Amino acid sequence: MSYIKVNNDKVTPEIAEKLIKLCPFNAFEYHNGYLSINSLCKVCKICVNKGPKDVCEFVEEKKETIDKSAYRGILVYLEHHQNEIHPVSFELINKAKELAAITKEPVYALLIGSEVKSLAEETLAYGVDEVFVYDDVDFKEFNVEIYTNISEDFFKNFKNNIILFGGTPLGRSFAPRVAARLKTGLTADCTKLEIKNNGDLVQIRPAFGGNIMARIITPNNRPQLATVRYQTFALPEKEKPRGKITFLKTDTIKRETNIELLKKIISPKVEEITAAEVIVAVGRGFKTEKDLELINPLVKELNAFVGCTRPLVEKGWFDVKKQIGMSGRTVRPKLIINIGISGAVQYLEGMKEADLIISLNDDPNSKIFEISDYSFVGDLYTLLPELTKKIKEIRQV
Amino acid sequence: MKIITCIKQVPASSNVGVDKETGVLIRDGNNVKMNPYDLFNLEAAFTLKESSQEALVHAISMGPPQALEVLKEALYMGADEATLISDIKFAGADVLATSYTLSELIKQLGKYDVIVCGKQTTDGDTAQVGPEIAEFLKIPHVPYVKEIIKVEKDKLTLRSGYDDYEEIVAVKLPCLITIEKETNTPRLPSFRRRLLKEDYQIAIKSLQDLNDKNPKNYGLLGSPTQVEEIFPPEKSSAGEIIKGKKEEVVESLINILKERRYL
Repeated sequence: MSYIKVNNDKVTPEIAEKLIKLCPFNAFEYHNGYLSINSLCKVCKICVNKGPKDVCEFVEEKKETIDKSAYRGILVYLEHHQNEIHPVSFELINKAKELAAITKEPVYALLIGSEVKSLAEETLAYGVDEVFVYDDVDFKEFNVEIYTNISEDFFKNFKNNIILFGGTPLGRSFAPRVAARLKTGLTADCTKLEIKNNGDLVQIRPAFGGNIMARIITPNNRPQLATVRYQTFALPEKEKPRGKITFLKTDTIKRETNIELLKKIISPKVEEITAAEVIVAVGRGFKTEKDLELINPLVKELNAFVGCTRPLVEKGWFDVKKQIGMSGRTVRPKLIINIGISGAVQYLEGMKEADLIISLNDDPNSKIFEISDYSFVGDLYTLLPELTKKIKEIRQV
Repeated sequence: MKIITCIKQVPASSNVGVDKETGVLIRDGNNVKMNPYDLFNLEAAFTLKESSQEALVHAISMGPPQALEVLKEALYMGADEATLISDIKFAGADVLATSYTLSELIKQLGKYDVIVCGKQTTDGDTAQVGPEIAEFLKIPHVPYVKEIIKVEKDKLTLRSGYDDYEEIVAVKLPCLITIEKETNTPRLPSFRRRLLKEDYQIAIKSLQDLNDKNPKNYGLLGSPTQVEEIFPPEKSSAGEIIKGKKEEVVESLINILKERRYL
């Protein structure tokens, strides 16, 4: 097996302490002068690369290697509801085209449903090479067991290199099922995707729910699976369709299921923060719920949506639908004004694609300033009342 | 009815910083706690137990020996049995290898009816392990359960939330369900349960106790995904910093908004 070996003859108490501090996963244990690694180790190799010299060593057992050239094509799963394709699927097509240009492989879309030809035609306009359709009355509603059977059937026939799923609730339930069926890797909620010349997908996402990013690869398995949240990538422009639609045989697909859908309840369409053009977002800088009223004049003036950080949802001040960030909604408005938000990575990742980022915080070193176009340093309890005053003056002119 | 619940110990704080000069991670302490989502998972398991006869809740966890603490907590809350699966050979396990390891452990625990998982963990945030365990066990799964509507001998009726819509489904047993947060009120560990379970010996299993003992299927070797590198978030070009008297600061904000025609 591959593992990190500790050369204990080089370990002193100081070195042990250094390594214990260095490891992001708490995997080192130091007892009676002996330094060992426990099963929390993720083999991230930071101890080898950044630790004291020659103490930790990466011992690698070579796996049997696969022929990567046998797997071609970047496939996007087309999620659809009420005869409408979820826009995240088109965003993924956009990214897939970008990646495929590097490796010169085709971009495919997979569509499963009943009487979905019009959706396939619509997808062609986003520049895919081929839309593969499993159209069958039994596939009308999403069923994770049956749809997994279909995905397996598709991969067995087409040996594609990559499959991308929207990081929607449906995608996050479906993709892992497909990954386990095909015994391959899956990286959730990637914020960036790159590709190597050999077809390896580089999946970048925040790790440890904290302020650090990980580059993840699937070096020896195919297909490579990843989910990406809605609005992480831009929508592609429509173009003159050049691809084709291929209907695949459905009669060999196993359609027994243990899950019976009794009722689907569509929530009334509320105006979603994901669609907002202007957002005023608030964070822990606000000491009480009542203090949030300070933003009202600004919100009204800008006709803005109000969003918030995770801690305010946890305090019960906001519904989770207002939460911006990796564990909430990813937004890409024209303008976002962050007030009293210090900028945890999971928040920054959820809003960094905004066209204009304005932030207001009392700490000149806050992380939010590092990605802001305009950073205003000051106490919100001083600045907001002043802002309200100014807005009133403007209105009176 | 036999209920298995999968729980995990996670870092108590996600405040991981990066030393700007050395690129080394800085953590604040080694504190750990039970994955907050698992509190709702356990409560759902107890609800299932209460709504069927001769039921039993078996809590399992994968992790280092210190993860025994979360299993003890589960016992003091109401779990009847607990098993830890722990082995240095599991180091470097990704979602697939973790799910496979847990599914192999579950196969060792005999017949079961429902496996209950939290919706996700706060350290990985992937929400993938539950569905993958279900696939390895060849049983159906229902994610994001908000309500257990009906418990019958051979099936459950459940309500699940998918952001824009909800589904009411009937699922045959055995099955795996993942529990949405804040859909119940988790009970606290009780003193009475603590006394009752104080002498309970939590079983600790290792690779040798599993049916598939091939180390190639576990840990880093059994993991298709590998962390190539970890690094501090990129600094996109930070813009202008404005500070000074409140009047000046606000004036400049107003001007920017005016220039862009927001005011």
